[in-house]
Amino acid sequence: MGRKEIQQNGKLEPFNLMQKNSHKEPTHLFSKRFSKKKVLEESVTYLLRTLTYLVIVLAGYLFLDIAYKGSKAIFKTEAPFINTQFLTEKPQTLHVFEPLEIDKKLSKIRSEVLSLNIKTKSLSSANTEQAKEYSTTIKAHNNEIKRLDILRKKDRLTFSDTEYRALEFTPSLDEFKYNTYAYSGGGIGPAIIGTTLLVFGSILIALTMGVLCAIYLSEYSKPGRSLQAIRLSILNLSGVPSIVFGLFGFGLFVLYLDWGVSLIAGWFTLALMALPVIITASEESMRAIPKGFREGSLALGASKWTCIRTNVLPYALPGILTSSIMGIARVAGETAPIMFTAAYALRDRLPWEGLENTTDFFFQGVMALPYHIYVVSSKIPQNEYTQNMQYGTALVFLLIVGSFALSSIILRAKVRKKYDW
Amino acid sequence: MNVNFQTDSKKSDTPSTPKAVIQARDLDFSYGDSQALFNINMDIHKKEVTAFIGPSGCGKSTFLRCFNRMNDLIEIAKIKSGTIKISDVDIYDKNVDVIELRKHVGMVFQKSNPFPKSIYENIAYGMRIQGIKNKKELDETVETCLKGAALWDEVKDRLNQSALGLSGGQQQRLCIARALAVKPKIILMDEPCSALDPVATAKVEELIHKLKKQYTIVVVTHNMQQAARVSDRTAFFYLGRLVEYGPTEQIFMNPENPKTEAYVSGRFG
Repeated sequence: MGRKEIQQNGKLEPFNLMQKNSHKEPTHLFSKRFSKKKVLEESVTYLLRTLTYLVIVLAGYLFLDIAYKGSKAIFKTEAPFINTQFLTEKPQTLHVFEPLEIDKKLSKIRSEVLSLNIKTKSLSSANTEQAKEYSTTIKAHNNEIKRLDILRKKDRLTFSDTEYRALEFTPSLDEFKYNTYAYSGGGIGPAIIGTTLLVFGSILIALTMGVLCAIYLSEYSKPGRSLQAIRLSILNLSGVPSIVFGLFGFGLFVLYLDWGVSLIAGWFTLALMALPVIITASEESMRAIPKGFREGSLALGASKWTCIRTNVLPYALPGILTSSIMGIARVAGETAPIMFTAAYALRDRLPWEGLENTTDFFFQGVMALPYHIYVVSSKIPQNEYTQNMQYGTALVFLLIVGSFALSSIILRAKVRKKYDW
Repeated sequence: MNVNFQTDSKKSDTPSTPKAVIQARDLDFSYGDSQALFNINMDIHKKEVTAFIGPSGCGKSTFLRCFNRMNDLIEIAKIKSGTIKISDVDIYDKNVDVIELRKHVGMVFQKSNPFPKSIYENIAYGMRIQGIKNKKELDETVETCLKGAALWDEVKDRLNQSALGLSGGQQQRLCIARALAVKPKIILMDEPCSALDPVATAKVEELIHKLKKQYTIVVVTHNMQQAARVSDRTAFFYLGRLVEYGPTEQIFMNPENPKTEAYVSGRFG
């Protein structure tokens, strides 16, 4: 009797539910049922998924766009395939001569197309015949523009500064329209060198200072007020906006210490910026070393420093290196800190050229990629002649920063293999 | 309880025999505000195995770690009163170099902690940090120590492989060998077999028995049978106090204190 009741209940309940929510009758006890909760569940999943993929799409678009436009500057279609000129030469003014006749024709047709467009808009909707006529004319004009554009590109002359000066005959201004674009010729060699120098110098400084601080914090410091204060200040340091670091570096290194706009001022400013990340990460890596390593070593009569040197640091090294180089790679991308401290918009000498004393090397400004990107994208117009430089610089910069990150990963793998635990 | 006594200790048990290498007097020890050891008096005898037994948290490990000042590593730990003398030197005196002390008093930990280096480098570590670079001397010591720890035959063909590849028991014996390399006189063992299976435990115990001829050994153990098997003297700790200390035979067969009797017969702890 009891069993029968249960069976009945079991059948009844889902049946009632179904009648409320759906027209389909369940075929068995566990068949799928419709409910509001399920709809919510599904839609939340889709929402989260869409948002995530949106991020990927945006990031992918950003990178592909830069890669596509930038690759025009870096790569070429002929034999070596890499535009060494762009990667090694100094930035120069680009001198452009466009054939005047074609240019005149082009502007004429363009203005015609413009007026036709306006006319089409002002037409009444009944006047379809006229509209058709206009649109065919516009089409024809557009084709003509394309044809002329190809001709223009074929006949135009572009020179970098050096080439322009070497010319025996400048093209006659009766035949050509003459324009100049700053920074758009030549290459970005000095900026690549400058950024590399800045990055390596600041890595060296930041790593030394950061690791030493981290050793003290993780191994020697005693918990208490002062330690809290130190941690708080590190936390604060990581929250300071980069432009403030730039101003600080400018005030302290450039003006007060009188180093001028120089490599060394840039190094210290960048290093200071990377310090919080490096200290925190190094300290974490050292704390992660098992207590047994330290105890075992100390019990064998090692002094504290010996213990740290032989049994803590080596095993913390993979973590320290990775996070530090990642931190530096991020900082290397900052424009603000080097804007006032180390970067020149244009410098015609490479860092090692024309030095009177060797120490002068440290006290000279350099060109740097992030600052160069800022200059070429804000100080010169955007058009087909300047775009190459803008996107080419951005792509090279991305590749350099990316290769830093990659090298840190490889380095970690290697060091980890050596000091496995 | 079926216990094999391997002891041949003499039963002279006056407080300060000339054989005593470690002498603790009226030792009070605390972690911050909580006192861990109360008024401990103990003489540990030369070239004997002394076992500390007692329930968890009774202070036996703390007491052991006083002997090589490993408690120094703990910020809040400190000796409130009393002295510990090793070979008649107060080891908490200002003039004591902890490094020299730790070379004299080696230690093996509960969890085997070989360094993630090769077997060879693990043994050589203690000498390398003393600045010994002579390859021949290192080779010799590594071999002697591994032989001393009864590990040589098992690892002689793979000295350059990572010590982490050894089994748990082998790792623990490696740690003992590593401690031997700095030529200590006293070896402290903090529950050396607690993570080992019975076969590995038997090997370590055998080793302890062998090392007794040359070294003074102090073993902390949870395992009463182990204490009975390996030690000449046994100290029973309870709640930070030394309840009873005497020849192992006496502690296990004929304890004076009812607490001791209850513990060794397994009625609590």
